[in-house]
Amino acid sequence: MSDAGSPIGRRVFLGLIGAGVAGVLFGAKVQDFLASIVPKNDPTGLTTLLPIGPHFRFYTVTSGFPKRAPQDYRLAVSGLVEHPFTLDYSELRALPPTMLTRDFQCVTGWRVPKVHWTGVQLSVLLDRARVKPGAKALRFTSFDGTYTESLTLDQARRSDVIVAYDLDGKPLSSHHGGPARLYVAPMYGYKSCKWLSSIEVVDDVIPGYWENLGYDVDAWVGHSNGRDDAPTS
Amino acid sequence: MKARGARIPRFDRLERTVHWCNAALFLVLLATGASLYLPQLSEIVAHRHTVKTIHVYAGLALPIPLLLGLLLPAGRQLRADIGRFNRWTADDRRWWSRRTRPYAQLGKFNPGQKVNAIFVGAAIVLMLMTGSIMRWFEPFPDSWRTGATFVHDWVFITLVVVIAGHIMFALADRDSLRSMVRGWVPESWARVERPRWWVEVVAARAGLPASADAGGDVEAGFDERRSETRVGAGEMALGDRVHGGAADDFGESEL
Repeated sequence: MSDAGSPIGRRVFLGLIGAGVAGVLFGAKVQDFLASIVPKNDPTGLTTLLPIGPHFRFYTVTSGFPKRAPQDYRLAVSGLVEHPFTLDYSELRALPPTMLTRDFQCVTGWRVPKVHWTGVQLSVLLDRARVKPGAKALRFTSFDGTYTESLTLDQARRSDVIVAYDLDGKPLSSHHGGPARLYVAPMYGYKSCKWLSSIEVVDDVIPGYWENLGYDVDAWVGHSNGRDDAPTS
Repeated sequence: MKARGARIPRFDRLERTVHWCNAALFLVLLATGASLYLPQLSEIVAHRHTVKTIHVYAGLALPIPLLLGLLLPAGRQLRADIGRFNRWTADDRRWWSRRTRPYAQLGKFNPGQKVNAIFVGAAIVLMLMTGSIMRWFEPFPDSWRTGATFVHDWVFITLVVVIAGHIMFALADRDSLRSMVRGWVPESWARVERPRWWVEVVAARAGLPASADAGGDVEAGFDERRSETRVGAGEMALGDRVHGGAADDFGESEL
């Protein structure tokens, strides 16, 4: 053995870089495989801390995850309508429910397959408020005080657009946007305004929080934001 | 022993500056990264947009200290030490097993320190690469973006473990830790913990080439004696010759 030793350090370094590049190229496939062997609803929650399975990443644009007890929750429907009204939590749950099972796709790349949502179709609320002629769009406001979103009336009347209050059979947690949130199944996650507190009917689309920061206003999964994901609805 | 109070310089000013700049940047990156990544933390810290901005700027700054050190003329010793990370000897292999570790005659760094340095170096490159794909994603296919997130997440978790280990081992070896603060180690530490490096330094002081001969002597001495001091007869003679005339202090005049 010569005193200088072998140049193993360089090989290890380059090997790590190579593994990282391979991870960028094929990591999506590896992740799909890991996802298939990791249980989806791990009761310990440990798998959600490791980047292995598909799981929700929780985003908030303000200084925390706003908490509101169901008994304090209110949802206002106002603007260009004949009958503006406000619902409390139990009134919302008393309306005819709609159940959807869809993949949840984030514009940053993660996707949670087959999420079960329960809620009320937005069209049910709009019919109840009776939209005035000339109305074109909706503006959604979050009780986090900052977040806003938008939909055209045509988009909002789709049967897969709901105000959701249950996720996988359980009441929505604060992290998920509870007590109630918007869920726009065919669009990227940022359209599904969390902590929904008001729906205002307006005469033109007003871009929402992320749309003002550059995201597409019409956020169809697979056909916007330069992405080609499989459609979710 | 005569040499008890003597000091040997281990890290020069530039190396220490680079190390602590890296440490500070890694701390900021791990803290902001964790609060972007862990829901439990993002609840406490929140302000996602601000945290993300800090994370991106700290990330872009991360390679700068090391690159400056590599490019500046004053980075001579840093470059030499990086060369040491590359070279792995038979003694390095002996160090890995508890059984053969007592017979390992180490150079300036133990193999754990080498692995740490190599991994952190690779992590800087990988995190910069994958982080850039995540931040400036437009030109890349979606699967690359997912893959970059995947790599970024796993390197992050490994970094947490490696850095925690690095800090733990540093706290367990105070002489080694202090050398990253004040630059020197006690000569007694070098002689016992890093005999091959000690021979190099002593040879350089004496104006002798730090050649394979000196290393050969270490091996010869090791084979003959397997002594509890872990130092062979050959370089003890060499060491004595140096100590005979040289200041026990820093010995900078010889260096």
